[in-house]
Amino acid sequence: MADETPDDAADTPGDEPREALLAELSELLGDAVVETHLQPGQNLWLRVDPARWQDTARVLQRASFDYFGFLSAVDWSVAPEGRYEDTEFDGGLEPEDGSAEGSDDTEPTEPEAPSSYAGGDTRFQLLLHLHSHTRHEAVIIKADVPEDTGAVDTLRDIFPGADWHERETHEMFGISFNGHPQLTAIYLPTEFEGHPLRKDYPLLARTVKPWPGVVDIEEIPEHLEAELEAQVMAEFEASGGGE
Amino acid sequence: MTATSDREQMAYVASQAADARVNVELDTGDMTLNIGPQHPATHGTLRIACQLDGEQVILAEPMMGYMHRGYEKLCEVRTYPQCTTLINRIDWLGSFANEVPFILAAEQLMEVEAPPRAQWIRTILFELSRIANLSLFLGDMGVQIGALTPVFFAFRDRERVLNQIEEVTGGRFHPNFDRIGGLKDDIPKGWVEETHAVMTKMRTFCDEMEDLLVGNEIFQTRCRGVGVIPQDVALSYGLSGANLRASGVDWDLRRDANPGLAWDQVDWRVWTHPDGDSFARYWVRLQETREATHIVDKLLDGIPSGPIMAKVPRIIKIPAGEAYVSTENPLGEMGYYIVSTGDLGPFRVKIRTPSFNNISIVPWVMKGVYVPDVITILGSLYFILGDIDR
Repeated sequence: MADETPDDAADTPGDEPREALLAELSELLGDAVVETHLQPGQNLWLRVDPARWQDTARVLQRASFDYFGFLSAVDWSVAPEGRYEDTEFDGGLEPEDGSAEGSDDTEPTEPEAPSSYAGGDTRFQLLLHLHSHTRHEAVIIKADVPEDTGAVDTLRDIFPGADWHERETHEMFGISFNGHPQLTAIYLPTEFEGHPLRKDYPLLARTVKPWPGVVDIEEIPEHLEAELEAQVMAEFEASGGGE
Repeated sequence: MTATSDREQMAYVASQAADARVNVELDTGDMTLNIGPQHPATHGTLRIACQLDGEQVILAEPMMGYMHRGYEKLCEVRTYPQCTTLINRIDWLGSFANEVPFILAAEQLMEVEAPPRAQWIRTILFELSRIANLSLFLGDMGVQIGALTPVFFAFRDRERVLNQIEEVTGGRFHPNFDRIGGLKDDIPKGWVEETHAVMTKMRTFCDEMEDLLVGNEIFQTRCRGVGVIPQDVALSYGLSGANLRASGVDWDLRRDANPGLAWDQVDWRVWTHPDGDSFARYWVRLQETREATHIVDKLLDGIPSGPIMAKVPRIIKIPAGEAYVSTENPLGEMGYYIVSTGDLGPFRVKIRTPSFNNISIVPWVMKGVYVPDVITILGSLYFILGDIDR
């Protein structure tokens, strides 16, 4: 899991440009950076102090990260009913070690809740993706949404494109953005209640009607699964790797 | 009234001018004009509420959600292979191109890589989707101006490309062909030759559009200098694809952030235009379509041999982690942010669609334009509603 790889992820070999970028941004942002994570050859994650959310965006924009990719959020809590509430099939394939979601887990911020790259302490975490079209680099900024207020400052004045993304995040997760003039629903009807992308919001269609995709496939007993898989792989290799 | 002499004509003009002077003092503000939800320029159901002052738009507010399907929530209760079925329906004109970034992100998390042959065929199908998607725009833009012929040409020739996609994938609109670790099938016999022929036809189609529209005086007057988006505004709104390149930003994810497909194996160029107006957006897309036919031609000649599937387990379980992969789709940057907790399906999928950002500039760009230009600007921004209301 990502929690074990905070700053020392930088010394994983093989991605000098991103390491240099990480060093540069850490210096630019100073103590606003809480934690970082680097996946060599993939992406760079920075977790910043939510109180410095606006500053971070401004600093990055000046550092030529002026292309607004997207803004969204993740609800790290575990769905009260488990992920697949409607079938035993899915229950059978839950991870055994309990590292991911446990179906009986009703507390949203239990330590077993899935953890993220660059860490995180709160239920909701914001995501912001910025590109630099001159340097051909990109960075993903994260920030924990404070539990007590459930709000961060708006980025609307720095990136006008964030306007709609914040509206969408507000209606889907219930996160507020201080200073946003009009956090009205963008997709949902005005009379809609609740925040659909929260994990505790049930997907009614799945609750009232069983999922056909699960019903009509044959179940594999757990003890046979590994065996079967090995068999399939052996056949695959015998046939010359699928040529 | 018909003027019979020069004098009468002059008197008529003078009286009209006098009337106009009177009208200036009348209050013309506060009229609301609803465009849509059903309008051919909206490619779906988008409503734009315009506040008008006479012929000028003071405020244009797009209203979406008529078609919101909640794919981000639905993906959370599906397995990875099931997700591609949904994803196909986001930008329904760029069918195959939708699947690619999702599959690439999943592959990145699983640390598998598709064999070279699969990557090449993926790239070819990706570019074919681009041609199918953009050729419709090239014709459709004519309709927004009032020229009906181009769109019939576009539908006629787009069919050829769709046939090629169908021959490989079995689907015209929703191929569902990309798999984690490779592709479902190899290409059929004789397909390479046929596709070469289709590409030649598509270049002819591009030439026709150039003759019919780009060179047309009415088209130019309606589009040049209309809906200008400067470079810094385009960047801060996160515009992507041809909309960004038409504002003079030389940026293409195929070249600048290639996630591993075969674009770096052939020579091609990124087209940009400095003007940032509706005309520039049309022109860039036209060049891009033509460039795509060349890319396909070159790729077809160099497809490597080998398997089309990497070794992946039968039941796909993706290790815990996060990945964001975006590609240059026909409409712009489409990306998927996948959060996996080591399960059969994603924990969270954020779908970054190009049209959502592209259309968020509408309130800015529509300010002060005239009513007829609303439609041409909307047409030239080119969005698919499924791509906004995902």
